Amino acid sequence: MDTYSFLRELADSWVLLILTLIFLGVIGWAFRPGSHPIHEDAAAVPFRHDRPEEARADE
Amino acid sequence: MLDYFKLIALALVTLVAAIAANWARDAAYMVHALLVMGLAAGLLLWQLRTMPVPGEPAPTRPAPGGYMDGPIRYGVIATSLWGVVGLLAGTFIAFQLAFPALNFDWGQPFTNFGRLRPLHTSAVIFAFGGNALIATSFYIVQRTCGARLWGGNAAWFVFWGYNLFIVLAATGYLLGATQSKEYAEPEWYIDIWLTIVWVVYLAVFLGTILNRRERHIYVANWFLLSFIVTVAMLHVVNNLSVPVSIWGSKSVQVFAGVQDAMTQWWYGHNAVGFFLTAGFLGMMYYFVPKQAGRPIYSYKLSIIHFWALIFLYIWAGPHHLHYTALPDWAATLGMVFSIILWMPSWGGMINGLMTLQGAWDKIRTDPIIRMFVASLAFYGMSTFEGPMMSIRAVNSLSHYTDWTIGHVHSGALGWNGLITFGALYFLVPRLWGRSQMHSMAAINTHFWLATVGIVLYAASMWVSGIMEGLMWREVDQNGFLVNSFADTVDAKFPMYVVRALGGVLYLAGALVMSWNIWMTIRAPEARPVTVATPAE
Repeated sequence: MDTYSFLRELADSWVLLILTLIFLGVIGWAFRPGSHPIHEDAAAVPFRHDRPEEARADE
Repeated sequence: MLDYFKLIALALVTLVAAIAANWARDAAYMVHALLVMGLAAGLLLWQLRTMPVPGEPAPTRPAPGGYMDGPIRYGVIATSLWGVVGLLAGTFIAFQLAFPALNFDWGQPFTNFGRLRPLHTSAVIFAFGGNALIATSFYIVQRTCGARLWGGNAAWFVFWGYNLFIVLAATGYLLGATQSKEYAEPEWYIDIWLTIVWVVYLAVFLGTILNRRERHIYVANWFLLSFIVTVAMLHVVNNLSVPVSIWGSKSVQVFAGVQDAMTQWWYGHNAVGFFLTAGFLGMMYYFVPKQAGRPIYSYKLSIIHFWALIFLYIWAGPHHLHYTALPDWAATLGMVFSIILWMPSWGGMINGLMTLQGAWDKIRTDPIIRMFVASLAFYGMSTFEGPMMSIRAVNSLSHYTDWTIGHVHSGALGWNGLITFGALYFLVPRLWGRSQMHSMAAINTHFWLATVGIVLYAASMWVSGIMEGLMWREVDQNGFLVNSFADTVDAKFPMYVVRALGGVLYLAGALVMSWNIWMTIRAPEARPVTVATPAE
């Protein structure tokens, strides 16, 4: 089988399946139990470190 | 020791650039070689003047603390400056289309439409948009990580290196150096330079994230990081070319035919998807919550928005190649993914708008919030229009017409432009230690000038584009085409004038903003903030 046909078959089957599963997994992970407080905390990040003395030095 | 290496390197660059200028095969290459020679020689002298004197102790400077805002201040000024340049070029070429006599004989070939058009697109997308993205991403990543920019002066290199890229690209277009790929016109040596700058940009951004104080990486940084990584990939693959001579600007593409077309539109559409969408969404997810004073409506939705956008956008490119040599299955794939993309786009728009829940009155009282809201509305409108235009049947009417131009500008002027203006109005007072912009009334004026300008632009291009598409396909009872191409050009004249006037209004708004920024920076109490930023 030439490279084009091989890659085409692969993309149509296994790679498509794997990428779809990863995508669904990521969405599912966002909805996992216990994620709510973590997301609340993350959403508040922009309001935390406005003052320059809070900046961690560049190491 | 490092100082001596710098001296040697700069001397070598100056020498090689001088040789290149001497042996240059075309005007653009020679001008660029002379420019690089001048810059390297200047840096060499500067380096020489600041060399430590042997025997004397090196001057000790205290380790810099706080956030690194110098490159961001320069970036803000560069953004407003390039914005005016790019919009001026766009308005001028809009008048050139309406009145071809503006392609002045004395200015040929440098100022004809064909050379000014890429100057306009690159100036607004890469110079205005790129400087805005670099400046805001440096601001956002520091504040959301609680860490100073990584890499010392590397951030300065990114700013100056990127702007050198823009100057090389823009002068190259005027002198006729282009590889004829839309939005990727710069020739091979400019592409290599941009790659170097971009890798340093990635290192600074990633280094800062790795050094963060927060456990969680805030979602704006995900969008910005995906923008940096994807643009690097797109840029390298689409610019694979072999120079005809290392002493000339001309190069030959590695891909040919339909493969080249597909690579180009894989690049072109993802430049829209990751440069103009993901990058600017990074700005949205920081500045909208900050200006509204409340966290993003749903953090879960922002995660889904991010992953859906990343997984879907990369496949949408083939919708640019309906009814071409590209196989039908590929065009259909692009079309299907474009339509699915509508959902995450609107999810993101809703997420941004709903952040104002409980604070809707701010649309009335805060002109910066109003700009952000209008920007999100235009994001929603163009991400609905785009999927619709990607449908093959609709595309058969819209493709190659002004409808495409109208669509692009409702996205670029509405979404990218307004959100950038809002971000600049947010940043300038904070970066220069003022409580607010010099004139809030001027922000309001800017908002209305920009909005009316966009409406004139988009509406005239819809009318012009659909009329043009219908005229092209009109046949008489014997099956002969009714209109010649010149008939459509003639019929479009009034719409071209309205479009150019819309551009004038939008440009006027940008000039009002530049004046406002200038007055805010020049105010007596303004100063570069090094110690404390006033809180909200």
